[in-house]
Amino acid sequence: MDKSVNINATPTSTRPGKSTAKYPTKYSAFSLIRHGITKNDWPRAWRQHELKKSYDVVIVGAGIHGLATAYYLATNYGITNVAILDKGYVGGGGSGRNTSIVRSNYLTPEGVRFYDRSVHLYQDLSADLNFNIMFSQMGHLTLAHNDSSLRTMRWRAEVNKIEGIDSEVIGPDEIKKIVPYMDTSDRTRYPILGALFHPPGGTVRHDAVNWGYARGADLRGCEIHQNTEVLSINTSGDEVTGVNTSRGLISTKIVVNCTAGWASLINAMVGLKMPLVTHPLQAAVTEPVKKFLNAVVVSGSLHVYVSQTDRGELVFGASTDPYASYSMRGSLEFTEELAGHVLELMPSISKMRVLRQWAGLCDMTPDFSPIMGFTPVKGFVVDVGWGTYGFKAGPVSGEAMAQLIATQKVPQIISTFDFARFTEGRLVGEKGAAAVGH
Amino acid sequence: MITVPCPWCGERNSMEFRAVGESKKRPDVNTASPEEWRTYLYTKTNLADWVTETWYHRAGCRRYLAIERHTVTNVIRVSRKPAAQVRLDESRGQK
Ligand SMILES: Cc1cc2nc3c(=O)[nH]c(=O)nc-3n(C[C@H](O)[C@H](O)[C@H](O)COP(=O)(O)OP(=O)(O)OC[C@H]3O[C@@H](n4cnc5c(N)ncnc54)[C@H](O)[C@@H]3O)c2cc1C
Ligand SMILES: [Zn+2]
Repeated sequence: MDKSVNINATPTSTRPGKSTAKYPTKYSAFSLIRHGITKNDWPRAWRQHELKKSYDVVIVGAGIHGLATAYYLATNYGITNVAILDKGYVGGGGSGRNTSIVRSNYLTPEGVRFYDRSVHLYQDLSADLNFNIMFSQMGHLTLAHNDSSLRTMRWRAEVNKIEGIDSEVIGPDEIKKIVPYMDTSDRTRYPILGALFHPPGGTVRHDAVNWGYARGADLRGCEIHQNTEVLSINTSGDEVTGVNTSRGLISTKIVVNCTAGWASLINAMVGLKMPLVTHPLQAAVTEPVKKFLNAVVVSGSLHVYVSQTDRGELVFGASTDPYASYSMRGSLEFTEELAGHVLELMPSISKMRVLRQWAGLCDMTPDFSPIMGFTPVKGFVVDVGWGTYGFKAGPVSGEAMAQLIATQKVPQIISTFDFARFTEGRLVGEKGAAAVGH
Repeated sequence: MITVPCPWCGERNSMEFRAVGESKKRPDVNTASPEEWRTYLYTKTNLADWVTETWYHRAGCRRYLAIERHTVTNVIRVSRKPAAQVRLDESRGQK
């Protein structure tokens, strides 16, 4: 095994989120050429371990939220006796199934600030992780087909500008310049009246982000345990004492719930109920064609969004399936409706073929905002309620959750996302900016 | 696609319905504290198991129904009139 894995991170970093740990640059043009010539196998990106009897922190869920939390615990605070458990594989949940839209043009000031921090972390992430995450800030357009959505967009643009975010409302002519293939005429059923244009928005390569964080956390000493299902959580009084897994018992004082669509099931293990409903969300991808779409296009009224990957495939998404379910099967209704709506926007792509479609689970909250922080059960902390918008939030959430666990204080940036807001009547109200445009 | 058996209309495409959500007991409006009321409004059990839910046949008879559905397989094993309808029918001497 590679010796480089035992490197300990420096306990704190000068700039939050910026890794100061020096680990060997494994991936580079040089290593690519070397491996090309020698045809040696690449070393595994992270290790496999026996399960230890005890850990300082046990994170349930090896999606972006669990992995980023571990990464920042190790990088920013030197906490490395951490196990990340997943019943399946790294990125097998929403983190490997999403359409990877990253943006910060939300509606509430707290939402905007939060997601903007994530955009900034994403901008440096390839360098931090030594893994090309292919963050492509191609620009993000949210279309308005009626007066009320145009009004919400003006509102969003103003909130965004006050928070220093590049965001403005543009008209059909300008939209046509950015996306020439879009039908911006007034002869359609739902003519396009304008759009909220957000130039820093774009997409990442989700697998690369997951693997990059996994590799970074592993290099700093955290342990990733795939195929390790959490079956129950042990408590004594109101305190967490350990976790029962399919591979044995672990004792720990801190359990972090990062299981998104499955979050209610983990909460139930300590007797907690939260305002979470699990809905499947589907997406689809077409065969690749030459690049013609230079922005992410979202239409709330038509319940559809589309972007084009660097490989040329069109990635489509829509709103969640209309009933709660833990089933990850796709449906014909979805593709049918999706195709109809996409063609209203871009009639010229009618001959393109859908290659595949899939579904993932989303833990929806009533105010389209996450639930993060401490709970009434001591040692049980949550980072859940990620709905259809949680991938973009991975970096900032990991950073904030690491701070919360290390300092045992709630960081300012997530303070309005607490669990108590529901019983105290302080809902966040992000629906206007998060319902379809994930 | 799943089909939902409506007690009035029979087997219909789920797209005709609106899934209202898990059935639960509403606290007494006159005595519930704001906290109790909000817990009732927002908190969900969200089981991966058999659940009892309220659905609304929006594009059909426009009546509410109660169903028992497994949220992992989406199999529906029971579909019946909601409790309030049954009470109403009984008070009118209908079965
Ligand atoms: C089709 C689709 C499109 C989306 N598009 C976007 C988008 O464009 N932009 C965006 O920001 N977000 C998007 N999202 C949402 C985003 O994918 C999620 O919010 C995010 O990935 C959640 O990450 P996570 O790490 O919290 O959970 P997940 O990645 O879902 O990981 C949870 C993990 O927990 C594990 N687990 C569950 N139960 C147990 C157990 N008992 N024991 C051990 N492990 C367990 C699961 O195996 C899983 O790997 C989309 C989601 C979907 C489904
Ligand atoms: Zn009916």
